[in-house]
Amino acid sequence: MNKPCLLLAAALLVPLAPLHAKTIAVGPGGVGVNAREALQTALLDLKPGDTLVLATGRYVLDDGLSLDIDGVTIDGTGPDKTILDFSGQKSAGEGLLVTSDDVVLRDFAVENARGDAIKSKGADRIVYYNLRVEWTGGPKETNGAYGIYPVSSTDVLIDKVVARGASDAGIYVGQSRNIVVRNSLAELNVAGIEIENSYNADVHDNVATKNTGGVLVFDLPDLPQMGGHSVRIFNNRIVDNSTPNFAPKGNIVASVPSGTGVMVMANRNVHVFGNTIGDNSTANVMVVAYKRPFTDKTYNPLPRDVVVRDNTHGRSGWAPGFVGGDMLAKAMGGSIMPIFWDGAGGAAATNIRVIDKVGVLTMGLPEPLTPIMDAKPAAVDLSKGAAIAEPARVVLPASMEAAIK
Amino acid sequence: MWRVLPALLLLGAAPVPPPVALDLIQSDVLPPKLSEFRFFNGTAANTGVRPYALNTALFSDYTDKDRFLYLPPGTRAVFDGDGLPVLPVGAALIKTFRSGATKIETRVMLHRAGGWVALPYVWQGDEAVLKRAGTRVAVTMTVNGQAQAIDYAVPNVNQCKECHASNGIMTPIGPKARNLTPGMLGVTAGGVRLPKWGDSVAPLEARARAYLDVNCGHCHNPKGAASNSGLNLTWETTNRTALGIGKTPVAAGRGSGGHLYAIDPGHPERSIMVHRMATAEPGVAMPEVGRLLVHKEGVKLVSDWIAGMKPNG
Repeated sequence: MNKPCLLLAAALLVPLAPLHAKTIAVGPGGVGVNAREALQTALLDLKPGDTLVLATGRYVLDDGLSLDIDGVTIDGTGPDKTILDFSGQKSAGEGLLVTSDDVVLRDFAVENARGDAIKSKGADRIVYYNLRVEWTGGPKETNGAYGIYPVSSTDVLIDKVVARGASDAGIYVGQSRNIVVRNSLAELNVAGIEIENSYNADVHDNVATKNTGGVLVFDLPDLPQMGGHSVRIFNNRIVDNSTPNFAPKGNIVASVPSGTGVMVMANRNVHVFGNTIGDNSTANVMVVAYKRPFTDKTYNPLPRDVVVRDNTHGRSGWAPGFVGGDMLAKAMGGSIMPIFWDGAGGAAATNIRVIDKVGVLTMGLPEPLTPIMDAKPAAVDLSKGAAIAEPARVVLPASMEAAIK
Repeated sequence: MWRVLPALLLLGAAPVPPPVALDLIQSDVLPPKLSEFRFFNGTAANTGVRPYALNTALFSDYTDKDRFLYLPPGTRAVFDGDGLPVLPVGAALIKTFRSGATKIETRVMLHRAGGWVALPYVWQGDEAVLKRAGTRVAVTMTVNGQAQAIDYAVPNVNQCKECHASNGIMTPIGPKARNLTPGMLGVTAGGVRLPKWGDSVAPLEARARAYLDVNCGHCHNPKGAASNSGLNLTWETTNRTALGIGKTPVAAGRGSGGHLYAIDPGHPERSIMVHRMATAEPGVAMPEVGRLLVHKEGVKLVSDWIAGMKPNG
């Protein structure tokens, strides 16, 4: 019984086609085989154009994996069939690290990475397709930070991904440009989907549910790329983001109140439209300034040119997760308005337009650092004013769309 | 009987050992055995292979390290304006990691026509064999007189790049002029010099900054693997926020340990930097690769430096 298994293990690397662009097949191995060494060796042996096929099975990996070859595909047999299991990971900051361009990752899962699940840095034209990244023990502060984590990259496609349990963001795109996140499910994370310090992103047709906050668009100071702008959040279902915040303190998402649908912080030209947003106990949409001290003079902490229109709103605001929120809800007849603006910077400097047919609450805080105790909450009408041009649709290189056909 | 004589005669002639395999260094081959390079004859360095030492070295689980530079005949090392070594094609850097007298691994960096290539070799008896995908070696380290068994991690070649890549290009990072004693590898006196981190005569701040430069600055610099953090820990860094003072984390996740700042001046116990240095837990520990043990002396050095900073200063 054992013998065929061992034979299989011995034949871990089986070249299938003698073509230049070849396919290398790797299996999970058997007793006494170090799956990581076999898999890492295959990742080193790939040549541009090659595909690494991961057979069905659970790969028990004792360390992080990394890929630094341009133009390769890593292809499993499905997100519930090919499972890279990092429960026993002994070192490295992520499960899989990609540092090369034109890489396609598809049809597999990464479970219980000790740090981030899949990180790609400086990896242009990367495609994440039909993947599952998950911490299987549910929301825990000890889970890794990010599920899908492309950073410092140009042209990023995230499609049909499931991200669960990240103690920061399930799907996080940072300091990148030209980004599409679509058809994905983010649940039980602190942040479902987060676009940070990035330019030109389309986030559409996703489901963000049971996170602390559903979809976040943030800009933070003191980073190589700042001034995030031109983000469209549309046709998403952003509901019941009710998980208590389990992010370790110090991280910016630790400040996101449970029950947040969409939060726009310190970005320019963000359009939120055509979404279904509801059952979020703090607010369906929050537009706020960055509220920590900073020294970087080139950083703008205010949200500017934000449009909220044509969304379908469900219940919200019955238990606002900020200081004084309960009292405010009570005073307003049981719940605050679905759309929340901190008021920082004032209407002229921020230019926020809300055309949804629901109420907007301003906290009337003049400056980002004004304490919330000094708030002057009031209803506000932000529907007037000049139209704000919507960013153009994000178009990715044809090779990326072709890779998932 | 008489056949023994010629053999004796040969021994007496003390034949010159074959030189370092310069052709192999410059080839595209990945030799399976370290001995193929002929860097050493037994324990002795071959011709052209020169030992060197660093003022402040990277912590690697309390291993001892032997460092060598091989230069092809007729060439020499020069140091550019930033003190980085400019080494000719054919040069090799060789670093052996030991636990006491037991050799664990030897990492080599080869300067080939297409650039630098890093290869890890793991010792098995009298030979070191190539392990491109990295591996684990059961090693017993002696730490402060106590034996400690660890699953020592040999890096894979991609992990070599995590520290050695600058803007994606493989680069030697150890033998910078500022981290060498004048005279070594042709380094001249004058210019900036890193102190030895453990030299209690040198100023605390300089020792802490030297330690961070060597242990963190290879990733934490604007061209390094951790550039996106905005945390720059090289010797050259002058911006206090970039150095971590009052800097909030960006992607630390649970690495923050519940603290607000990389460095909370006056408060090492509230500083993320110290928290991440003082743990061995994967996903939290920094550096991410290269160590499984906590460098207690390094933690103390950086803690003392932070403790001496004026709070909110």
